[in-house]
Amino acid sequence: MDTLALSRIQFGVTAAFHFIFVPLTLGLSILVAYMESRYVATGNDLYLRMTKFWGKLFLINFALGIVTGITMEFQFGMNWAEYSRYVGDIFGAPLAIEATVAFFLESTFIGLWIFGWKKVSRRTHALSIWLVAIATNLSALWILLANGWMQKPVGYVLRNNRAEMVDFMALLTNSYGWLKFVHTLLSGYVIAAFFVMGVSAWHLLRNNRAEFFLKSFRMAAVFGLASSLLLAATGTFHAEEVAATQPTKFAAMESLWDTQKSVPYYLLIVPDEGAEENIIEAAGIPKLLSLLAFHDGDSEIRGLKEFPRDERPPVLPVFLSFRFMAGLGFLFVLLSFLGVMYSRGQGLMSQRIFLKAMLFAIPLPYLAGQAGWIVAEVGRQPWLVYGLLKTSAGVSQSVSPAQVIFSLAGFTLIYGLLAAVDVYLLVKFSRKGPDDDVSSLLPAGGKQEALS
Amino acid sequence: MIYQVIWFVLWGTLWALYFMTDGFDLGAGILHRVLGRTEEERKIVLRTFSPLWDGNEVWLVTAGGATFAAFPTTYALMFSYLYTALLLILFSLILRGVGIEFRNKAEGPAWRACWDIAIFIGSFLPALLFGIAFGNIFQGLPMDAAGYHGSFLSLLNPYGLLTGLLFVLLFMVHGAIWISMRTEGDLKVRASALALRLWYGLVLIAVIFLVATARATGLYHNYLAHPVLFLLPAVAVVALLLAGVFTIYRIPFRAFTASSLAILCITFTGIAGLYPALIPSSLDPEFSLTIFNSSSSPYTLKIMTFVALVFVPIVISYQIWIYRVFRGPVTGREVTEGEGLY
Repeated sequence: MDTLALSRIQFGVTAAFHFIFVPLTLGLSILVAYMESRYVATGNDLYLRMTKFWGKLFLINFALGIVTGITMEFQFGMNWAEYSRYVGDIFGAPLAIEATVAFFLESTFIGLWIFGWKKVSRRTHALSIWLVAIATNLSALWILLANGWMQKPVGYVLRNNRAEMVDFMALLTNSYGWLKFVHTLLSGYVIAAFFVMGVSAWHLLRNNRAEFFLKSFRMAAVFGLASSLLLAATGTFHAEEVAATQPTKFAAMESLWDTQKSVPYYLLIVPDEGAEENIIEAAGIPKLLSLLAFHDGDSEIRGLKEFPRDERPPVLPVFLSFRFMAGLGFLFVLLSFLGVMYSRGQGLMSQRIFLKAMLFAIPLPYLAGQAGWIVAEVGRQPWLVYGLLKTSAGVSQSVSPAQVIFSLAGFTLIYGLLAAVDVYLLVKFSRKGPDDDVSSLLPAGGKQEALS
Repeated sequence: MIYQVIWFVLWGTLWALYFMTDGFDLGAGILHRVLGRTEEERKIVLRTFSPLWDGNEVWLVTAGGATFAAFPTTYALMFSYLYTALLLILFSLILRGVGIEFRNKAEGPAWRACWDIAIFIGSFLPALLFGIAFGNIFQGLPMDAAGYHGSFLSLLNPYGLLTGLLFVLLFMVHGAIWISMRTEGDLKVRASALALRLWYGLVLIAVIFLVATARATGLYHNYLAHPVLFLLPAVAVVALLLAGVFTIYRIPFRAFTASSLAILCITFTGIAGLYPALIPSSLDPEFSLTIFNSSSSPYTLKIMTFVALVFVPIVISYQIWIYRVFRGPVTGREVTEGEGLY
């Protein structure tokens, strides 16, 4: 294998790992911040215990999001030097801004939140986790605006043998980036909601700490329902943007081979990539795809065969991932709706089948998120910057395959190990349940200090 | 172009701030099992920097990000030419971060020992490798029209290793002084004593380094052309000496201020020597990466200047505030009561 192939695999692996840990941080930071705010507002110890329990799980995961993130920043230069040189004038800025504006905020205030319980007022302390939550969500904006530019390059000219920025506002207001940002954020919120619901379900099935976990479940269910509904909505808008700006990706998502008008939505498709056709196209809803893509049931959608083979993405992974993700997306709405319904009153504990389902549902939003990224990044191939720079032209020229084998092996080993430890710790502390002793979080003497 | 010069200074400042802040984290991480003789002492040493290491590490992320945004060609070539060294730094920093966060999450000496080793490796290797990397940057990398002619092994030349040793000693002294400033009792005394012993070694290596730099690099050219620049290494030397003096006199706060200033000035000394190159070529000056031939467009530099001038002071302000929140000594009670959420 050459440097290019190995670097692709490595980027995929490291990005996939990064996106295991980050989305939970995005959503759980908000939930935990909300819990602590409820504590500060009401003085009710139950909320403090919730903050401590869910916060501990949040922290286990948070560290891994951070460390896997540095890898991404380094990797652009290490493995994709030609890309970095060619688009750095545009792409470097949002990354630098992400660090200056968001990373500093989250990394500095997380320290205050973990260790500063007795050193600042309750209000200030609650503020610190909100700053972490805001910062972590804000960092997603910048990296996704950067990725948005890769998908739909705007505000640049080709000059001096590279792409140079001429319109920063165009980069900042790139609709592709914003749609991606909101959709990704919401996917993190769904992951967090299902995580909290699932862990709560485990305890509720054992009739363990009912009040605590009923409250946690309820909070997460409402958060999850709102998020999954918005996730589906933003997903639709995002797909429209893809249809408008990335015809090859859209055609791959839908396994559409021939350009046609009034395209139906087939519920069942079995593609044959080699033969450039679909072996099966069944249960078609007339005009629906055209309608979804362009708000016009008779509109034309371009098929894959309109593009040269070397400008098409791999169809099967993109098509399957998209359907998998979208299908799960509907399931998330259904499950969180049921969660909201059942958690009214005290009836949730008797819904044992539902609770078991929620326990097993924990990994599903993670899988949907990974599938979404496969659609986004594999679907963009062969382009690194859509329509401008091919992935094969972006790889570092001075790096040997041996070096990348070493790094890929190292990442796989280290990340694999850390993921295993992460799961071990999450399971251990999830099962342990909430700690009633919150004295380590309260000022000396355990007395509630006056709200200030 | 003025913006290129501004960003040269900002770039240098970001590296200087990174070494000044994460320098003591790395140093303390190297020393935590040496100075911490009991489990309680180890917890105390770790706790002196646990709230701060993550915020400090972001200076590195920002330095890298700034290199990308302001000097993308340098970023691209630096990170790909120094692939293996940066990779090892990355692995180490991952181990350090996870080690600090996970160490106290389970009981059992085996678990803790495992993560303590991770913290040690994750603190020692970045210090060493940053030194080696910068030592080689000061010498210039072997690059020309045909590309890069070096390798990881070629980075391990005498001057590179010397710079690596300098960084390790510098951070260990900085870290030991930090620990003595943030602890009490016997631990404080031992940290101070260790800081002093390491300081003697540091001074020796620093002298050798200053001489070797004249012979192995072209850094002094700028100084000879503009002798006012000698102020930088002069302040660095004075600060380094004061760090030792204040340690002898048991005034850790002033010693720490001195070692911080020393690190800043040492970094700026190197950076000023490089100007206008970011990475000189040791083969052919035509192929040196300079602020003039590797920068972003004026448009991008202007935007980034605005962002930096607005946000970096804000960041420094709240980081100083956090340091003040955590300014007292870490006590045994804090760690035995498991104060906080970790």
